Order: sequence, then C-alpha cells, then structure tokens
Amino acid sequence: MLHGTAIILISFAYLGLLFAIAYYADERADAGRPVIASPYIYSLSLAVYATAWTFYGSVGRAASDGVGFLPIYIGPTLMIALWWVVLRKILRISKQNRITSLADFVASRYGKSALLGGLVTVIAVIGILPYISLQLKAVSNSFWILVQYPDIIMPTELGAAPMRQDTALWVAMILAAFTIAFGTRHLDAAEHHQGMVAAIAFESLVKLLAFLAVGAFVTFGVYDGFGDVFARAAAQPKLRAMMTPLEGVAGGYSNWVWLTILSMMAIMFLPRQFQVAVIENVDEKHLNKAIWLFPAYMLAINIFVLPIAFGGLLRFPDGSVDADTFVLTLPMAEKQELLALLVFIGGLSAATGMVIVETIALSTMVCNDLVMPVLLRLRRLRLNERPDLTGLLLGIRRGAIVLILLLGYLYFKLAGEAYALVSIGLISFAAVAQFAPAILGGIFWKGGTRAGALSGLIAGFIVWFYALFLPALARSGWVPISLLEHGPFGIELLKPLQLFGLAGLDQINHAMIWSMIANVGAYVGVSLYVSPSADEHRQASLFVDVFKHAGEGGGARFWRGTASVPDLYNLLARFLGSAAADSAFAEYASARQLHWPDQQLAADAELVHYVEVQLAGAIGGASARIMVASVVKEERLSVDEVRDILDEASQVVVYSHRLEQKSRELEAATTELREANERLKELDRLKDDFVSTVTHELRTPLTSIRAFTEILLDEPDVDLGQRKKFLGIITKETERLTRLINQVLDLSKIESGKAEWVESPVDMKEVIDDTLAAMDQLFKDKNITVEARLPEKVSTVTADLDRMIQVMLNLVSNAVKFCDRAHGWIEIALGEKDGWLRVDVRDNGPGINPADQTEIFSKFHQVGDTLTGKPHGSGLGLHISRQIVEHFGGRMWVESVLGRGACFSFTLPTRAAAAARAA
Amino acid sequence: MSDFESKGQRFVALCMLGMLMFNFPILALFNVAGTLFGVPVLYAYIFIAWGALIALMAYLTESGG
Repeated sequence: MLHGTAIILISFAYLGLLFAIAYYADERADAGRPVIASPYIYSLSLAVYATAWTFYGSVGRAASDGVGFLPIYIGPTLMIALWWVVLRKILRISKQNRITSLADFVASRYGKSALLGGLVTVIAVIGILPYISLQLKAVSNSFWILVQYPDIIMPTELGAAPMRQDTALWVAMILAAFTIAFGTRHLDAAEHHQGMVAAIAFESLVKLLAFLAVGAFVTFGVYDGFGDVFARAAAQPKLRAMMTPLEGVAGGYSNWVWLTILSMMAIMFLPRQFQVAVIENVDEKHLNKAIWLFPAYMLAINIFVLPIAFGGLLRFPDGSVDADTFVLTLPMAEKQELLALLVFIGGLSAATGMVIVETIALSTMVCNDLVMPVLLRLRRLRLNERPDLTGLLLGIRRGAIVLILLLGYLYFKLAGEAYALVSIGLISFAAVAQFAPAILGGIFWKGGTRAGALSGLIAGFIVWFYALFLPALARSGWVPISLLEHGPFGIELLKPLQLFGLAGLDQINHAMIWSMIANVGAYVGVSLYVSPSADEHRQASLFVDVFKHAGEGGGARFWRGTASVPDLYNLLARFLGSAAADSAFAEYASARQLHWPDQQLAADAELVHYVEVQLAGAIGGASARIMVASVVKEERLSVDEVRDILDEASQVVVYSHRLEQKSRELEAATTELREANERLKELDRLKDDFVSTVTHELRTPLTSIRAFTEILLDEPDVDLGQRKKFLGIITKETERLTRLINQVLDLSKIESGKAEWVESPVDMKEVIDDTLAAMDQLFKDKNITVEARLPEKVSTVTADLDRMIQVMLNLVSNAVKFCDRAHGWIEIALGEKDGWLRVDVRDNGPGINPADQTEIFSKFHQVGDTLTGKPHGSGLGLHISRQIVEHFGGRMWVESVLGRGACFSFTLPTRAAAAARAA
Repeated sequence: MSDFESKGQRFVALCMLGMLMFNFPILALFNVAGTLFGVPVLYAYIFIAWGALIALMAYLTESGG
C-alpha cells in the first residue's frame, strides 16, 4: 500500500484535515466562541518547538553521542522556570504596545526604530533559512525512503539528486500555498491567527502520538522493555562507551552547557516561539498551565529517543542506514507498514507545523518591519494618499511567505546535504540567540540604547555569519574550502572554525562564545557610551516599568502637538479597513462615555496614542510611528522633558505608595483600638455578672435561714424534733454562706495577686492519699467505689501543700457529686512523663456537654444536674482550682463524652524540670 | 503583588536548582558505568531529575497565589 501516489494522497488528506480544523476554529472565533481560549491548546501550540528535527534528528544525535540531544529540551525547561518572571513581562509589554512580532518588539523598545526592526528581520530571515530547509529535507527524504518499501535505501544512494530536490521544491510550494491560506486570509489588528493555533495544537498531538507509538513498538515490541535494549547495546563493544557518554566526547561538559544555554535562548527568541507564546497568547493566565505542561510534553517526546537510537544501531550495525532515519526505517525493517505511515505523518506534522508558524511570523516581520517602513518613506509611491492599504499589506505578506520558502529551498539545495539535521537546526538557534542581549537587556535595563542594540546585533550577527553560516556554504563547495583550512588570505588566526586560535571546541560552541562576547560587549559598551534620545528614554521606561504604568494610555503622557480627528480616522481606515476603524473609534468613544460619530471627540494626546497603538497592531510600531507623524503636527519633546515626565510619574508612584502605607498603618491601629475596646466591654460585663451572681448566691441561703428563724420565732410550740431539724438547716446554710464568702475572698485574693502562697516541695502522692483518707467516710456513705492508681514514687513539685489539697478535694468532691447514684465509681490516677506530673480524676457520671467543657472553668458556671436541673455548689471551685494549678506552672482541662463520665486532669512541672526550664 | 514577587523568586531558585542538577560536577557523579532499573545510570538520572523539576514547577504554579 505504500505507493508514492497513496502516500501523497494521504498527506494531502492530512493537510486538508488541518485546514478544516483551522477553518472551524476561525469560524468559531468570528462567532465569539473561540476554541483556543484554553491553557491546554496554548501549551500544545508551544510544542511547535518540536519540529522534524526533534522527530527524526534527536535519534540521529543520540546514536552518535548518547545524551547529546537532551540539552535542547532541558534548556527550555530551565528557561520556562523563568517564564513566570520573564515571559509574563514580555506578554504584558506586548499587549500594551500591540507588538506584532519579535522585530517589532525590539524596534519598539529602542525608540520605535525602523532601522533596528529591519535589522532584526534580516537576521531572523537569514538565520532561520537553514531551519526551514531542514524541514523540507526531512519531509522529502522521509517520503523517498518510504516509497522504497520494502527495501531500505538511503536517499543519498538513490543517485537521482535532482528528482529528490524537486520533491523538496514541491513540498516548499505546497506549504507556501497552505501557509498563505492559513495566515493571510484577513488582516487582524491583534495579529491573532486562531485557526492556525488550533491546527498547530492538533499537529502537536499527532507528532507526539506517532513518536510514542514507534517508541513503544521498538522498546516493547521489538525488544523486551528498556532494560533489554540497553543490556543488548551494552553487550556490543562499540556501543558500550555510549553508556557514560559525557566522558568520551572532548569538551563534553562544555558542549552540554553551551547547548543548554543556546536552547534557553531559542525557546524565547525563535520567531515562531515568540509568535505562539506572545503574539497568539489570548490570556496571560494560560501561562500557569503551560509552565509545566509544555516541559512535560518535551519529556514525553524524548523518553523513547534512546531506545530507538540503540535499537537502530543494533538493527543496522554496518552503518548503511543514516541514524537520522531510524524512526522511519525501524518500523519498515520490521514490516510494519501502517506504523511507518503513521511515522511519516508524524514527521510531516512536525515539519509543517514549524514551517507554517515560522513563515507567518517571518512574513509579518518582513512586511511590518522591512517593506512597509521603506515603502512609506518613498514619497513617489504616494502611499499616504491611497484609500485602502489592507490589500497591499496582505499581498506583501503572501509574497514574503513564498519568498522565504523558496530561500529555504535554495539553502537546502546549496548546503543541505553536508550536515545532519541537528547541526542544521543549531545554526539557526545560534542566530536567534543574538537577539537575547537586546531583548532581555531591553526589558530589565533602562540603560540599553538603540545604538547599543544595533551594534550588539550587528557584531553578533557578523561573527555568527563568519563562524557558522560561511563554513556551511564552504562545506557544500560554494565557497572555497581553503577558507576553512587556512583562513582568509592564508591568515591562520582568522580561520572561521578556530577564530584567534581557539581550538578544541565544537563548532556551535566556538561560534556562540565569540558571537556572545561581541554581541554583549557591543550592546553594553555602546549603550553606556552613547546617550539615548527622548523617544528611547520614553520607551525604555514603558518597557522596563511595564507593571507600574497601568493601561495602554501610559504612552500618551509623552505626546504634545496638534491633530485632527478626521485625519486620524482616515489613517486608521486606510490600513485596517473602514469597518475596523469604525469599531475602534466607537470603542475608544464608549470608554469615555461618548457616542461616536454623533459626538465630537477631542483630538488630544490620548486619541493620537490610541490610533498609533491600533495601527501598530497591523503594521508594527515603527511604521505606525511614521504614519501617525505624517498626519499630525507634533512638538518633539527634549530628553530633559521626557525625563521630567518620568520623574514626576515616579514621584507620584512613590507618594501614592507612601499614602497607601500610611492608610494601612492607620487601619491596623484602628483595629487594635477596636479590639481593646471590645475587651474592656467584655471585662465590664463580666464584673457586672460577677456581682449579680454573687448577690444571688448569697441570697439563697440567707432566704432559707431567715425563713426558718422566723418560723422558730413566731411559733414557739414547735416540737423538739422539728426545732432540731430547722436549727440543723440553719447551721448548714450558714456554713454554705461562710464557704461562699471564703471562696469569693479567696478568688479576689488570687486574682489580684495578693494571695499568700507557701511554696515547698510537695509530694502529690501524699496529697492524694490525704485527700482520699479525709473523704473516706463520704465514699462509704454514698457507696462509691474508689480506685487509686498511684505509682510507688513520684518526683516532687513546687507548690503550696494546702492549696494542692484544696484542688484535690474540689476535684474529688465534684466527682462524688456527679458520679452514678447507684454504682458510683471514681478513679484517680497519678503519672509522670517528660518532667510533668499528671493527675486524672475520672467519674462515671452523666458527662459534660462539649459546649460546656471550656465554660465550666469560668466563674459561677454551674452545670445543672441533668435530672433535677438543680445546681450543686457555688460554681467557683473549678475556677479557683484552675487558677491555683496555673499559678504553679501547670494546666487543667476536662475530657468528656456525654453519657460516659468525665475526666478532669491537671499537670504540674516537677521540681527538676522547673529548675531546668528556669535556667 | 508581593505574592507574585515571592513566587517569581521561587521560580528563579528552581531554575538555579535545574542548572545545578544538569551541570558539571553533579552530572559527572552520575556519569558512571552501571544501570538503574536496567537503564544506564546517567540516562536514568537525567530523566528522573528532569521529571522531578517539572513536578516542582507544576506544584509551584498550581499552588495558590
């Protein structure tokens, strides 16, 4: 079934499916129900990072130096850890300034410099060409290998080079048509291509599934799991060295580190990554999920790389099969036609995804930052007077797409055969890494200037071109090879691969070191030396302090001049079409509670700035600047004026920060005062309660004493028995009164700190024994079983002996009061642990309601008898007991479950422990 | 804002941890002969450490703030 025609048909069907997905997503977006508003789609679209290079090339690299392919994915993981800081800032800046591309970003940061934007575009296009050619090569090679099925023949052995290269040309043209259909159907002011993003996310799924399928097949189908693959590889003397791969390679660790750094830059500054991560981002919050989902995707797609590489080396030991093709040739060798086809489709989706996004990103840059600024300056074209320029913009972009793909094809034809896939890709990585100083420096360092960025980029690019691009051409025979061997004009020191005699390094390594020294050196050096213009000052502040300047109006403060509303409207209509211009103006008006066009807008700084930002969304910041300047009369602000405005702004910020702080302090003070007031009120209420409770408690016995005395006084002929009984009650009530008064006095002494404490070593065992002896008769009367679990000997505590007896008496008499009437039982336990003595008094009474368990320790709280509702005692005993225990550094609490009795416990520190703590 | 800042600092620390884990000399400790679960030690280490780093990043982004 693997005929050429069938494969071509299936490939077209796949592309058709992609287009259908994109079309559907675009329709949904137009209907206001976007499908891509999901962090998962965002994360998957970021996986456009994994191209045909990942799909085929990782295995190729792994087959030659083991883990050497991994930094290309670990680097991005490390960079993504910084996304929270770096990418969030870039996202915010881009949204506020309507950034349309990487070049636009750099140009806008350095004073909306058209020159800088053009330079970035040129570097990006030239730098990315090898990468695009890599995709073309991968697709056409995999096609030709698949067609040979069931034979496995490398394309280079096929001989007919022109025919294969024609395939690459076809691939390039088909992809160009496809990209044009995807990316330039209409002009979006925000440069969002929702359909494309949806299709890319789908492609990411396809390539992941295809790769996992072939990986699982090789690992578990051909071999017996990971262990088996590695064990068999280790048995081969040739492959054994690859088990500790970093030792064998010269400069192993250094290569590894540089590759990691290079990939960290690539994940941020490849035009397609910038496109999907920044330009196509619809919601900043999607970043949260992407921060771990995208690295997880990269981990998943790499798990099977090593097993496939070793599987391929074992299967084709003679080296006749290029390791870059193992992913495809292994299933073919095992006669798995369908799997091989799936792999081809996976590779196709990896390649097409990259090409589509990359060329859209590059064509936007070429249009907005290279062609438009030039066209707009050519007065002969009279572009300013053309009524509608949207068609022109789209035309330029379409032309750019075709041109870029043709250039990619050209590079493939010139240099594509000389290198493995990975090496081709790394050349592009090294090119985009040149953007790192200008961009990272630009968002964190206000001192970076346009002149600095220009010199840094030019210096870095020249070194890159000389040390990487030229050698690639030389190896393919387009530049004399003597340049590599002896240097230009025979000057050995300038040999492109060993600049200034720096030898022994990997080619990429070597180029990175020199280009970064040149780039960073020039950027920082020139920035410090040349002072910036007013525009640069303003933009630097807007970018670096993006989180301080709120809203899009931030730039309006810096504009002064005169303009007219119709001019501004016409300008917008020419580039966006009149419908988009209408809605933009209406939006601006309604944000100010005005109705446009019925009410007149003021052509003030805000409106001018608004129009410029809208325009920037379509044609880039630098072009927008030129266009707006052409319809308004503006006064140029001097550097000092800009600085004044910035200072003013920052003073206002500082001032408002201070105000905020003051008001926070005030609020805190108010809260404290309110709390203190609440506490006072509460205390007052408690005092009132106390007084009224005490008087109430005093009145009860007094009333009964008075009642019985009156009886005895009024009726002299009460018989002796009655009289004795009444006198007995009177005595008892008097005792109760005395006890109550004593307790109140006691309490007030303790609470006011005037109580006299006689501190001495106290043996708690003795205290308990004495208490039980004193109450022995009571137990017998009430028929209560008492169990005392006392150890032989316990450490002494520092306490007042009488007070401790008072506490024990209180707890035990409470237990007696509440224990079961018929089968009363009380347990008293004493124990010692970690320098603490603990006493538990347990009864088998009705238990205490959880709600009451803290309350019972407060003054006058009486738990009524559950049967009669009549309270026992004064309600002061437990409160006083707790005060006593706490005075000696202990704690008292109760544990109880309703119906299962209660257990009152307290702890006291032993003398030794208390002394140790004091010391 | 301070929540954002402290989270940012944690992410920077995580990146540094990653740089440490995937660099000389920590990497050299695992660049030895032998296998772990049948996989050469270096390969096993890289994938396990990588997975752990991603798990930490997931924990950090998904946890509050």
